[in-house]
Amino acid sequence: MAGGRAPVTTGAARGDFPGAGALRETGKLCALGIDVVVNTFRRPFQAREFIQQCWFIASVTILPTALVAIPFGAIIALQLGTLIVQLGAQSFTGAASVLAIIQQAAPLVTALLVAGAGGSAICADIGSRTIREEIDAMEVLGVSAVQRLVVPRVLAAMLVAVLLNGLVSVVGVMGGYFFNVVLQGGTPGAYLASFSALAQLSDLWISELKALIFGFIAGVVAAHRGLNPKGGPKGVGDAVNQSVVITFLLLFFVNFVLTAVYLQVVPAKGS
Amino acid sequence: MSAEVVIEGLTKSFGKQAIWRDVSLTLPPGEVSVMLGPSGTGKSVFLKSMIGLLKPDRGSCVINGVDIVTCSEAKLYETRKLFGVLFQDGALFGSMNLYDNVAFPLREHTKKSESEIKRIVLEKLDLTGLQGAEGKLPGEISGGMRKRAGLARALVLDPEIILCDEPDSGLDPVRTAYLSQLLIDLNAQIDATILIVTHNINLARTVPDNLGMLFRKELVMFGPREVLLTSDEPVVEQFLNGRRLGPIGMSEEKDAAQMAREQAHVEAGHADGTAGEDMRGVVPQLVPTPGLPPRQGERRRKDRVMKILHTLPPVAQQGIIASLTDDERRHYGVGGARTGFAQPVAQPSPRPRPQPGPHDTQEIARVPEPGWPGGGRP
Repeated sequence: MAGGRAPVTTGAARGDFPGAGALRETGKLCALGIDVVVNTFRRPFQAREFIQQCWFIASVTILPTALVAIPFGAIIALQLGTLIVQLGAQSFTGAASVLAIIQQAAPLVTALLVAGAGGSAICADIGSRTIREEIDAMEVLGVSAVQRLVVPRVLAAMLVAVLLNGLVSVVGVMGGYFFNVVLQGGTPGAYLASFSALAQLSDLWISELKALIFGFIAGVVAAHRGLNPKGGPKGVGDAVNQSVVITFLLLFFVNFVLTAVYLQVVPAKGS
Repeated sequence: MSAEVVIEGLTKSFGKQAIWRDVSLTLPPGEVSVMLGPSGTGKSVFLKSMIGLLKPDRGSCVINGVDIVTCSEAKLYETRKLFGVLFQDGALFGSMNLYDNVAFPLREHTKKSESEIKRIVLEKLDLTGLQGAEGKLPGEISGGMRKRAGLARALVLDPEIILCDEPDSGLDPVRTAYLSQLLIDLNAQIDATILIVTHNINLARTVPDNLGMLFRKELVMFGPREVLLTSDEPVVEQFLNGRRLGPIGMSEEKDAAQMAREQAHVEAGHADGTAGEDMRGVVPQLVPTPGLPPRQGERRRKDRVMKILHTLPPVAQQGIIASLTDDERRHYGVGGARTGFAQPVAQPSPRPRPQPGPHDTQEIARVPEPGWPGGGRP
């Protein structure tokens, strides 16, 4: 074939080394993230879509989040309760479980549910629009799909994540209190009094910041997979699957980084 | 007020698979063009590249001085407002009813009042025969209705360029004929440049001013309809006649062995999938519904084609000359004597063509000098 060489050279120029595909996808994901940030400030803001999406994401996540938060608070209380008794520091049970719940458990539980319930729905919605050429049609009508569809969804995921984070903190701490006081025979006064012994206000801030970032990641990953499904309805199913898995991987990694940085930057109370 | 589209050296590949290479063509302003091609030759990809949904590897696509391939995103969105695109399945927004779908571009891009929007939307829905269905969701209507609604939405901003991706697929022959007439009428009314991608032969024979064909990763030809309709190119001949015999196979291409085998079958008396008549030849073109203004594009095209007449193949020349009226032949100074022997080439059209007023002889005779290509127009 006359033009046989051309595709080969373009292939080499694009870089077909192992892992290039993953790098390219990462790049596209980051590009979409930046696009979302830029388009957030572009008028007109899609308020209606934003409110609808907030309501939708909240409605699919509130109940499961609360139901997950109670046993989560409980296992932390039980585990810490026995451990702390062995160490002889019963009076700090409340402090330890509050720290664990607010700093780690709440943002992660929130993010997993926003990604699992909200993100998968966003991805399926945008994915099916993509294969029905709705996104193309929108672009051709001169309307940016990122601005019109993705931005409201990502912002909604962020807002709902922050609010849910509060819910999980409260429900988790209450669950911990119940299990510690009622089942393990702890002292209610000591549990409540020690809240402020180790925890400080900045723990709450980092918790909300994490939730905000996790919500952003969940929204952007879901939108990215939804905008690039690999052909047909089966592709949308795969894309939803991938979006949830990718989000989970990213969340735990980002959580690790944020925690490490936070512990370095903000001194522990009393030290 | 219509836009010219100049495409040069456009090349697109997915990974290592080339879709088409070096496609160069010009859609003359206000004319109707049809792009033919067997399934899977990248016709839809071509349309999507033209509007910047897909990024071609090389080449340019210039509309009103803006190169779609390299321009900035803001410029791209701005230029896209000139387009009305009809997608294969209509591509309606599934969450909105037909009314909101058609009103969407108006609400996004204009500051029209809701009552004005209503008037325009109902007019376009009426035009596409969808009156009374405006409250339905896209999921509740047939494929043909979705397609017509998609067309209504594409027309709502009075586009300068209309792209149709297989407007006939999923429509019955009668509706296809109505749709063809609708496109011609639109062209007469708003002088839009139209490109239709299809494999409907009947539509290709009667609707366009210009015909092109994509095959084997390249543009086989593109030019005045008479050229392709009278072409001896094996691919074109096979495609127009819908025959199995020829270079196009079930998968994209055929090898020599299979061609020989099929030739042997035909010689042994096995039918080749056609009714036996040659579908080539110039047939009368659709004209706007009586009462509408004459098509500006048709007049411009006549001037343009007459100017390049000597460069066209002789058969096409005969076809073109045969389709002129005696008056026009005199204006352009071409002989009418030769019409007699052109075999499948047009019987003089039975319908009288709408003459643009008392045909001002002088003007038409003079036009070819400054007129083309694309001169004085902005």
